Amino acid sequence: MEGPVIDLSGVSVSLGGRPVLQDITWKVMPGDFFAVIGPNGGGKTTLLRAILGLIKPAAGTVRVLGGSPAEKRHLLGYVPQYRTFDFSYPVSVQEMVLSGRLGHVRGFPRRYNREDREMAASALQTMGIADLAGREIGRLSGGQQQRAIIARALAAGPEVLILDEPTVYVDAPTGDHFMEILDGLRETMTIVLVTHDIGALSSHVTKVACLNRHLYTHNDARITGDMIQAAYGCPVDLIAHGLPHRVFADHGEGEEP
Amino acid sequence: MMEVFAYDFFRNALAAGILASVACGIVGTYVVVKRMVALAGGISHTAFGGIGLGYFLGIDPILGALGFTVASALGMGELSLTRKQHLDTLIGAFWAAGMALGILFVFLTPGFAPDLFGYLFGNILLVPQGAILSMAALDLLIVGAVLLLYHEFFAVTFDEEYARVMNLPVRAITLALLVLVAITIVMLIQVVGIILVIALLTLPAAIAREFSRSLPRMMVLSVVLGAAFTTGGIVLSYLLDVPSGATVILISTAAYGAAMGLRGLSSRS
Repeated sequence: MEGPVIDLSGVSVSLGGRPVLQDITWKVMPGDFFAVIGPNGGGKTTLLRAILGLIKPAAGTVRVLGGSPAEKRHLLGYVPQYRTFDFSYPVSVQEMVLSGRLGHVRGFPRRYNREDREMAASALQTMGIADLAGREIGRLSGGQQQRAIIARALAAGPEVLILDEPTVYVDAPTGDHFMEILDGLRETMTIVLVTHDIGALSSHVTKVACLNRHLYTHNDARITGDMIQAAYGCPVDLIAHGLPHRVFADHGEGEEP
Repeated sequence: MMEVFAYDFFRNALAAGILASVACGIVGTYVVVKRMVALAGGISHTAFGGIGLGYFLGIDPILGALGFTVASALGMGELSLTRKQHLDTLIGAFWAAGMALGILFVFLTPGFAPDLFGYLFGNILLVPQGAILSMAALDLLIVGAVLLLYHEFFAVTFDEEYARVMNLPVRAITLALLVLVAITIVMLIQVVGIILVIALLTLPAAIAREFSRSLPRMMVLSVVLGAAFTTGGIVLSYLLDVPSGATVILISTAAYGAAMGLRGLSSRS
């Protein structure tokens, strides 16, 4: 695909009369590993929900893979924030991950075929939980549950993988490991990641944007002081938390096209 | 005791209990895992409006109940998809309005409303032969729908938003499931009555949940438990000469309490 995989132009969203996103213009190109950072309540989840067509913007247009979100969203892999559903549901990891194929299963009644099972098996493999396939999801640890949620998204073979705070409930080494897995997926899919935790950002990220109602980006991996200032309004605090020097240091200016 | 099995009414009652258990085990499983017990309670109480309308129009009150429960299931389902934040209030409104309509219709109907008490509290010993056949047909409908739509029902009961992202027809699937809930409730009303339906719909499934690792197993176990509770309740109520619906429910709640106690013990050890 030549053009942007996600293309927002002038998008504004209000929730309950409160403006959450304002005049967002943003393009994600094929092969990007795009991280969107911002404070809690800055509109990150709302941005993803607008891309997925789960909320309608008050103004502006959202294009996904050249079409409307409703037409194309089954080609996206979505990793919602942890525990948006009930882990006491009686279902095995295998069955949950397979269900990520349902957007591609045609015909009536819908039945999984060999390809569906292979995709699910390979997604479990990628996330390192193949040995847990038969286990009930309620009996997984938090990190394993998060792997299962990502595997469900991968099973669809998405063109774009969209992750909402994927590392928020896992410890730092596991978070780093997730980032390495994501980096390995960049060959085959575009990745969009939102997080409030700048420290969790990996050096693998190729582009960064800051979001706090408005979106600030230079379309590369640099986070500049003015972006942080604009998004967080409190640069000192962020530097104290360790402004991710990795993001600055590991990406030479010439690395990006 | 054994001679009672020679009576048609008693065999009918047992058959009705078992047929209702099939529906309530399968559909109750979804009600429990999707946590829509209050919604199901609302649907069952609106049935009273239909019962009243049946009396008023001079048609079979159960037909009226079916119309009201299906309509309220569709109405509440639609609202649950669009106005989630007010759902509990909406359920309360449907619940009370259905009952109120029933009271008005019964009041407006000239003469006496026979069996009204039976619809409220159940009287399985009066289930007619024809009802057995229609219950069997409704069971077939429910089993067939679940076999055909198994993955769709899983998707919307497990993670509705993700089902939407996968572009599954979430609205149609949700409404279809709620219609099955409505049909099941009407069957159960004939066994335990409007007031007690919610217990029979949810308790067997809630117990089965503790001992099942997959949805199909949970359904099968719920059906078996439901059949045991209804059969046990009918036999016991006959022996003790007490109301059958209440006996079925008390057996179910006692079993639920025991299952919870067992779980408490096993999780501590």
